[in-house]
Amino acid sequence: MTLVFGVFLLTLLVIVAVAIVRSTNLFAAVMLSGIFSLLMAVNFFLLDAADVALTEAAVGAGVATVLFLSALALTAEHEQVRPGGAALQWLPLVVAFATGGLLIYATFQNPVIGDPNAPVHQHVAPWYLENTPELIDIPNVVTAVLGSFRGFDTLGEVFVVFTAGIGVLSILGLRHTLVEMTSAEIDARQRSLRHHLIPRVVGRGMVPFILLFALYVQFHGEYSPGGGFQAGAIAAAAIILYSLLEGDDRGRALVPEWLLQIMVASGALLFGGVGVVCMLLGGSFLDYSVLAEVPSEGQHLGLLLIELGVGITVSGVLLTVFHAFARRASR
Amino acid sequence: MIFYPVVFALLVTMALAIVRAVKGPSLYDRVLAVNMFGTKTVLFLAVASYLMGRPDFLDLALAYALINSIGVMAVLQFFQSREFRRRYEHRHEAE
Amino acid sequence: MGVVELISFVLMTAGGFCVFVGGVGVLRMPDLYTRMHAASVTDTAGLFLVATGLMLHAGWSLPLFKLVAILVFLLVTSPTAAYALANAAMLSGHPPAGVRDETVPSAGRDGETP
Repeated sequence: MTLVFGVFLLTLLVIVAVAIVRSTNLFAAVMLSGIFSLLMAVNFFLLDAADVALTEAAVGAGVATVLFLSALALTAEHEQVRPGGAALQWLPLVVAFATGGLLIYATFQNPVIGDPNAPVHQHVAPWYLENTPELIDIPNVVTAVLGSFRGFDTLGEVFVVFTAGIGVLSILGLRHTLVEMTSAEIDARQRSLRHHLIPRVVGRGMVPFILLFALYVQFHGEYSPGGGFQAGAIAAAAIILYSLLEGDDRGRALVPEWLLQIMVASGALLFGGVGVVCMLLGGSFLDYSVLAEVPSEGQHLGLLLIELGVGITVSGVLLTVFHAFARRASR
Repeated sequence: MIFYPVVFALLVTMALAIVRAVKGPSLYDRVLAVNMFGTKTVLFLAVASYLMGRPDFLDLALAYALINSIGVMAVLQFFQSREFRRRYEHRHEAE
Repeated sequence: MGVVELISFVLMTAGGFCVFVGGVGVLRMPDLYTRMHAASVTDTAGLFLVATGLMLHAGWSLPLFKLVAILVFLLVTSPTAAYALANAAMLSGHPPAGVRDETVPSAGRDGETP
């Protein structure tokens, strides 16, 4: 039955994707990509990948739409359709169809979903499942694989996020441009939702609950779906909600930019630092077993610290990008 | 088996919301469709987590319930600042 | 099937019906504001019935409290989202169908700041 739901939702996904490509109004495309993200989350969920689905939920619902809209505020709303370029547009279409056809042809050789004899289920996956209770001793195998067995990959991902944040800053500019204070203040008040009483009261009431949920996802990630990436995105969503309601100036007063820059750097540093400490204590890089007397407790401590590092960097980067866009829009 | 009627109703309603989102006609209809789709997703995830026998996964529905409305707030802020900019430019042209 | 299961089934099916009615309304109503009205049926009645049905199914457990939290947060946020949407539409000069432009109570498209 899950298969029927999956096929139905994937069909909807294709329809939405075609609609995104075909719409020339960029606002409509942003809204449709919101639906696309929700559909992806449900699909991940049906495939039993709750950790991935939670990431999609945290980024797609909280942050992506806001960032798309603040980018849209800097540009025109309608996509320009180049006249007379029809001949050139055939080439990409042919390339896309050829590549897609090859990929579909390749899937014919793939094992059926859930086939126990498939190579994925024969290679390292059984080893992870068998050894996680003994070596790491936490219920969520995904967190064990992500943080400990494949900790190197996750470190790489954190640095990708870190680099992406720096990249956005180098394009959009790091420092405040000097605007006259009065006009900037008026501007901020007009751009905020301060005079909308209902969203303000409800939204400000929601912020602590969202932050509490982010903490739950952060520190409960070893037992249930979640971890640093998801928690970082959810916490960033809470601060973004506050900034939308109260104005960007008050959002920046709540979490100042120097703090954000420290967060972006220190999270990645914490992750790498844990690895170096492991080496100093006589283990190999990111081998947390040496952090405590009992190896599994060392693993717990290491996972807690690196997940914290991931969460700090992710929320720092997302908030930095949000503020960079908002500052550009108010110029 | 007690979940199937509500699951089918939710899936069909999601499809209807997508039709509205694709058809438009105004931008606000699309926002309405996304918002409605989000609510349906929360319900679907909640029901599906029981259907699949994994009530732990309710965290996902809770996450959407908490942060799904942020998008609509951003939409209001977007149209509001666009309207202010339009008035500002209008006033400057008049001068 | 016990009595509690039966009640849960009835509640969730009724909730599914409300959700479906709202979906049809969003598709067939003539303009934005009536469509929002239709969507609110699914957001309140549908949500309430489905969540209550799931709560009966869950019994006394941790998921019960998560379901209560989902219900409360959605009941609070979805009217707020509807307010924000209607406000955005009125602000940008999108009048309800059948209302002539001069009777729109917006502060005048080229007027002062509200």
